[in-house]
Amino acid sequence: MSKSVIICRCEDVTEEEVIRAIEQGARSLEDVKKITRAGMGYCQGKTCRRQIARLLAEKTGCPIEQFLPGSFRMPAGPIRLELLAGTEEMEE
Amino acid sequence: MKTYDAVVIGAGPAGLGAAVEIAKAGGTTLLIDENERPGGQLFKQIHKFFGSKEHYAGTRGYEIGQMLLREAEEARVDIRLNTRVWGIFPDRTVVATDDNRSFSCRGRTIILATGASENALSFPGSTLPGVMTAGAAQTVANLYHVLPGKRILMVGSGNVGVIVAYQLLQAGARIEAVIDVTDQVTGYEVHARKIKRAGVPVLLRTTIKEAWGDKEVEGAILHRVDDHFKPIPGTEWRIQADTICLAVGLTPRLELAAISGCASAYNPVLGGMLPLHTTTMQTLQEGIFVAGDLAGIEEASTALDEGRVAGLQAALDLGLGETDTLEDLLRQGQERLTSLRQGPFGEHRQRAKECIWQLASERNHRPASTIINDGGKERKA
Repeated sequence: MSKSVIICRCEDVTEEEVIRAIEQGARSLEDVKKITRAGMGYCQGKTCRRQIARLLAEKTGCPIEQFLPGSFRMPAGPIRLELLAGTEEMEE
Repeated sequence: MKTYDAVVIGAGPAGLGAAVEIAKAGGTTLLIDENERPGGQLFKQIHKFFGSKEHYAGTRGYEIGQMLLREAEEARVDIRLNTRVWGIFPDRTVVATDDNRSFSCRGRTIILATGASENALSFPGSTLPGVMTAGAAQTVANLYHVLPGKRILMVGSGNVGVIVAYQLLQAGARIEAVIDVTDQVTGYEVHARKIKRAGVPVLLRTTIKEAWGDKEVEGAILHRVDDHFKPIPGTEWRIQADTICLAVGLTPRLELAAISGCASAYNPVLGGMLPLHTTTMQTLQEGIFVAGDLAGIEEASTALDEGRVAGLQAALDLGLGETDTLEDLLRQGQERLTSLRQGPFGEHRQRAKECIWQLASERNHRPASTIINDGGKERKA
């Protein structure tokens, strides 16, 4: 059985890959995201954000809050582009 | 564009509480929830609440949900279900989709009651079928009446862990063990006693090393931890289970608050990063309020009263209803919250909340209550 631990389930990113990114100099959730894609999938980091912040804190010796909350952007949830582009104003 | 006095996001106890108060004060209210039914976690809560009468002691969670829904319908709250808010713009324009269309509307006020998400735990085998959060197991069992497994390992002895373990036990599952890294059960004794009476082993200073199984969970390797929660080598042992439930805490769902520019702060007692807010649930963004687990992980009863307080303050800011009556109700809501935050567990949360209020007041130069300008009248969206 493989012992690799998946941290970001949406993008299949392992704990090892996150740690490697930190060892290569990643110092924020954004850095880890850009290097590994962790947090860029369907759930937008709902399961991995906290775990990656914890790894960052462990590896750098800085408090976890330094790495949270990370960035959030619209769209806040999955939406088809045709719907997004066709957003209608609700009538009075 | 349609402008509501309040757009409330999240129809759990906090959102329902807020929507009901604003609508009762005469405000037009839109309540949006991404789920197919309103009530948030209330409809999964088949156990009786305890505490005092005004906090619905002796009433089961889902009954409180039904009562709130009736109140919301009577107050003519416009409820949209299966609808997900995907953005909030600086003029308080809210954009949402039901997967068939996307629409925008404005809120003179916005109440964010987006709740919390369950924390994950990763270990070898944590992606095997059969590993799930305790909340997922509770949904499957209590809403859909399907037992998620026959032999269950519960990771975490907080309220969620012990309550869900007991409910799965009642539904016919065998609870192989409830484990926790700390040296004491962290949930309320009243809930913990139920599983202990039923003979469920509660293993403290213990954590999961890995889950094993071919195509699905067949068991777990556990090990003991030291004072710093580090595993003690050589203490591993195997335990059989077909389901591993993770009850390792909740995190406020911050995304919409962050997108709308609400400043946040970290507080481990309240679940991590949460929007700064005042004693009447105002964030540092004009016209935006928060309530419930988003404003710090507590309980359904506190969420409901925070929602009511947020709704009443929003109504006052909007100049709705009778000021004296609303102020009276607001005070009563705050008193109920104070009484909910007493005792060995509550005091902790009270102090944490006070830190958040303090930070908010240091950074908030706006007077406590202001009439909110209706930007929508001058603005063409």
